[in-house]
Amino acid sequence: MSSTDTTTVEQKVFEALAALGTEAEITREASLEELDVDSLDLAEFAQIIDEDLGVRLEGKDLKDVKVVGDVVDLIAARVDA
Amino acid sequence: MADVVVTGIGAVTPLGVGAETLLREWVAGNDGIRGGEAPCADFDPRTVMTAKEARRADRFTQLAVGAAEEAIAQARLEDLDGTRVGCIVGTGIGGIETLENAHTTLGAQGPDRVPPLSIPLMMSNAAPAAIAMRHDVRGPVFGVVSACAAGAHAIGAAARTIRCGDADVVITGGAEASLTPLARAAFAALDATSPTGESRPFDARRNGFVMGEGAGVLVLEDRAHAEARGAQILGVVSGYGATADAYHLTSPRADGSGAAQAIGAALADAMRGPDEVDYVNAHGTSTPQNDRAETNAIQMALGDRAAKIPVSSTKSAIGHLLGAAGAVEAIATLLALRERVAPPTLGWEVRDEGMDLDYVPGAARPLAVTGDRAAVGISNSFGFGGHNAVLVLEGTP
Repeated sequence: MSSTDTTTVEQKVFEALAALGTEAEITREASLEELDVDSLDLAEFAQIIDEDLGVRLEGKDLKDVKVVGDVVDLIAARVDA
Repeated sequence: MADVVVTGIGAVTPLGVGAETLLREWVAGNDGIRGGEAPCADFDPRTVMTAKEARRADRFTQLAVGAAEEAIAQARLEDLDGTRVGCIVGTGIGGIETLENAHTTLGAQGPDRVPPLSIPLMMSNAAPAAIAMRHDVRGPVFGVVSACAAGAHAIGAAARTIRCGDADVVITGGAEASLTPLARAAFAALDATSPTGESRPFDARRNGFVMGEGAGVLVLEDRAHAEARGAQILGVVSGYGATADAYHLTSPRADGSGAAQAIGAALADAMRGPDEVDYVNAHGTSTPQNDRAETNAIQMALGDRAAKIPVSSTKSAIGHLLGAAGAVEAIATLLALRERVAPPTLGWEVRDEGMDLDYVPGAARPLAVTGDRAAVGISNSFGFGGHNAVLVLEGTP
């Protein structure tokens, strides 16, 4: 996968997380807990990602994800697939 | 049995943000009706909620939180045991804006795009849930639904909860935000709203209500508990009566007998007689049916006293706040009793045949209360479905 794709995905993920109303700084290293992202946010997040990137996330996909970078990589891999 | 006092009040209404603002503006003869509706134009949810909290709340919950913050700050509840505090808040419709938007999305974009927050935002218990989460309220917490009587039913339920010992403190009231295309069209289709956009309760020319939005929240407390912690006592909820007409889905019984029974029950609960009542805050919607039936009810319940005391409608100043009305009007009543003033029924000019009460036309005037006794008031609320909820409220001497 090209670096451009990852950058695009990262931008979309950051935008989606910001839209959920978090007031903490969004970085690749930030944990979902620090960003106060809960199960309701993940449901909304999955919908945004499906709409914007055509990647369908299910609850189990994000179960073990800890930081934003993991989310970006997971989605980037699916975009690429 | 516990005496239930009021230790905090808060309101967001079409007259502005703040309980004191409501009474001050109403007594001054101002109204919040703009273009046939009464929005809370001054309310910005971000003054009381984070961006995340605000997007997790329908507007009716945002309004409730706004009113609750004022009431809770006044009551100074921060050091209480949350398990002994409750929250009971009424609404007529709940999160209808959320429902309408979600339904529009369903039609336009399909089921995969319906927002996951739709249900938790539209549910009618969302307001008490939000207040409970913000303030660690872990006693009895639930919503009350009885259309335009919901705010008063909630206060009554809260008073009962304290009286029977289930909680020391209950945050209670009502909230509504239904200035939406569907609610607007549906009330108009029923001929319930005024086609001319005028709120003229009890006037012969009245032709329907003006829809408003807002919230009112009161902190009710066991008197002994309030006194022990040195809380300021703003008034007393001394009586509550609730009945049903069991008659018609939208029309009240024309003779007002169901409502009169609720007034009588509330007075009996307060151990007050009709001659002790100084003021009636009417439901007074400005619909032809309500205002006549309510006049009959007041006459039936209070007898000769009915013609001797002022009867006015807050809806003349702020329109009909539906499920919030009973709570906002209870707050207006408490403040009026404290100030010993009868606020006016704005817009009342033409007497209707057979409706001969003193509706306080023109301008506010002093209540005829002398000495150091507490002024006693009645606040009426009636809802579609035939629900009648009446509160007896008393100022502090």
